[in-house]
Amino acid sequence: MNSIILKTASRYLLPLLLLFSIFTLLRGHYLPGGGFVGGLIASIAFVLYAFANTLQDTKKLLKIHPGFLMPAGLLLSFVAGLLPLVVGKPFMTGLWFAEKVPVVGSIGSALFFDIGVYLVVIGASLTIIFTITESNQ
Amino acid sequence: MNTNLLILPIIMPLITAIVLLFFWFRPNRQKYISLVGHILSVLVAIPIFLEAMKGTILTMAVGNWAAPFGIVYVCDAFSGALVLLTSLVGLAVGIYSNAAIQSKRASYGYFPLVHFLLMGLYGSFLAGDIFNLYVWFEVIIIASFVLITLGGEKAQLEGAVKYVTMNLLASVIFLTGIAVLYGILGTLNLADLSLKVSESPHRALINATAILFLVGFGIKSAIFPLYFWLPDSYHTPPTPISAIFGGLLTKVGVYALIRIFSLLFIGDPFIRDLLSWIAVLTMISGAFGAIVSYNLRKIFSYLIVSHIGFMIAGLALFSPIAIAGAAYYMMHDIIAKTNLFLVGGTIYKIKGQLHIDRVKGLFSQYPYLSIVFALAMFSVVGTPPLSGFWPKIMLLKGSFAMDNMWIIVGILLATFLTLWAMVRIWSKSFWSTEANEEKTTGRYQEMTTSQRRLLIGPILFLLAISLFLGFGAGYVSQMCSLIADQLMDSDTYVNAVLGITNLPEIQN
Amino acid sequence: MELLLAISIGLLYAAGIFMILRRSLVRLILGLILLGNGANLLIFLLGRIEKGKPPVIPEGSTILEAYADPLPQALILTAIVISFGLQAFAIILVKRAYRVVKTDDIDEMNTTEEELV
Repeated sequence: MNSIILKTASRYLLPLLLLFSIFTLLRGHYLPGGGFVGGLIASIAFVLYAFANTLQDTKKLLKIHPGFLMPAGLLLSFVAGLLPLVVGKPFMTGLWFAEKVPVVGSIGSALFFDIGVYLVVIGASLTIIFTITESNQ
Repeated sequence: MNTNLLILPIIMPLITAIVLLFFWFRPNRQKYISLVGHILSVLVAIPIFLEAMKGTILTMAVGNWAAPFGIVYVCDAFSGALVLLTSLVGLAVGIYSNAAIQSKRASYGYFPLVHFLLMGLYGSFLAGDIFNLYVWFEVIIIASFVLITLGGEKAQLEGAVKYVTMNLLASVIFLTGIAVLYGILGTLNLADLSLKVSESPHRALINATAILFLVGFGIKSAIFPLYFWLPDSYHTPPTPISAIFGGLLTKVGVYALIRIFSLLFIGDPFIRDLLSWIAVLTMISGAFGAIVSYNLRKIFSYLIVSHIGFMIAGLALFSPIAIAGAAYYMMHDIIAKTNLFLVGGTIYKIKGQLHIDRVKGLFSQYPYLSIVFALAMFSVVGTPPLSGFWPKIMLLKGSFAMDNMWIIVGILLATFLTLWAMVRIWSKSFWSTEANEEKTTGRYQEMTTSQRRLLIGPILFLLAISLFLGFGAGYVSQMCSLIADQLMDSDTYVNAVLGITNLPEIQN
Repeated sequence: MELLLAISIGLLYAAGIFMILRRSLVRLILGLILLGNGANLLIFLLGRIEKGKPPVIPEGSTILEAYADPLPQALILTAIVISFGLQAFAIILVKRAYRVVKTDDIDEMNTTEEELV
């Protein structure tokens, strides 16, 4: 697509959407939001950028292949699930720090699990969309 | 008994798959990592199996949310045996694929996908919650979808279209069943459902749901009117993949049927009549399919269908000896069918083709190998004292006790036809001499000795297990009667799962 | 609300089944998607709809007050995520199959039924 308006807007929309996706991710434990939705918003940000500019530019912007976000996210979620085993609780038990952190709120193993989901969703949806786009060119 | 051990069979393949994903661009290293993962899975499965065989029902509440509110994993003797067998089959296929999978396929993620598939299998065998079972089924089918299309040949894609369609349809039907069941009873935990089903006033709705589950799982396990996708798709992917599919995937459907119909929908005469008809028709129609096919792997695919009927027959009879026979048959079938597909793949590697009229003179070329192949093939038939013999005797005894003549006829006829199919392969491909046919060869002749060992080793390994199942019949049938007792008596299952409200062992 | 949902579930199932009985591969996939959506709505409906109630039971309450069941939504979310992945795969598969087999007609996809050499 060759629209100068979209091109200019996408440059500002990308960081905004990414910020919004992180906001959605963090508020997700008690309010609507979470890793899955956040991940989708983040991947929409990149897809929009790819629409306005080219796929190659977006790949350059990402630096790593989005496919690698999948194992990284899986690993993070997995470790977050394993942590309770160390203190002798069953797999996936929620562990929480007693004190609250400003801005973020309570931090627990569920947060890390959600970040993992966030990464997996970005990785998976970008891989799907990039592959489809590439096979059409 | 409450233990964290139960999560390990699911964790092992997951962590192996994650590590493998990091090595995406190095298929050669993936081989070794994958092998280590398979061995670890076996090591983890052994203590679970031993513990379950003591007659205790192991449970684990994920996230420390007690049943029936949280997700539980439950392992009784049946699940324990299946988990162990799955890990053994995984190991055998893992070794085999090191020699048989071309690096082109490996670079599209063959190894991680196999581990994801195995994770789904372990998860379904251990799940104690019906929605969790659904999720594990989806894990299995997603991994299997990619595996069946890997390589993208024409036949593969056509087979995959049928496979994908039927499995998606089965999932939707299964999900509909879950929705209705949750609407009536308000719970998803299998043990809790088992309690509430018997008290529920809505008999008609519950029976309708039972049919939904029967159809959903029936498509997955390839029972009589719903099996047509299987012979069209299972022979298309490479050997190790169809070996896992043939050995394990349909058995998950059967496992789910046995679990659901022994725990939730018990004693309905209509459903039991329906099941026994389905069983007879599955046995006979699958066997007829096998004797009219000429492609070796297609014959084996039809035999899978045929032998699913034996397990369904055990479920339909629903007496201790019949259920024990069905469980025994399932164990034998997992090993024997995987081995059958590995044998088929090796024949393809030797001869370069699979049409039984064109594959010739195997016995004169490779006499020792042929004996091994023959043992693998005839244990499927159930020639005494190989492993298929004892469960059939148990099933026959069970149907005599129930006076169900049609199942007796079905078992005998299907066994006879299976024998026919095997003898046909033996006389056409092994015993006949190479006459005027053009001599074709596969890649086997170019392989190094160590590569050949990687092909033959897993077959010998599975054959050894199969021989143990046959010659160790005393031990195995004891095991199976324990399985049958636990399946027949749903109270022990329910108590073991719902009795874990206060977790004494792990709350320190 | 219940009636509306029930009717739309019925429509989705009917349309889905109609579509999967067609011979076109694309319609087949669309039909499966519709069926999946119908099943999701069915869970939503059968999980009993409560409007404007919290999904928690207050501590110490002796009588069961009306509360919204959070479980169906979790189930639907899981089912949606799963079907998202499956449908993405199915669409790619249809595309690849179309390119290799060069037909959209399911009846012409019968290589696997002939004996392979």
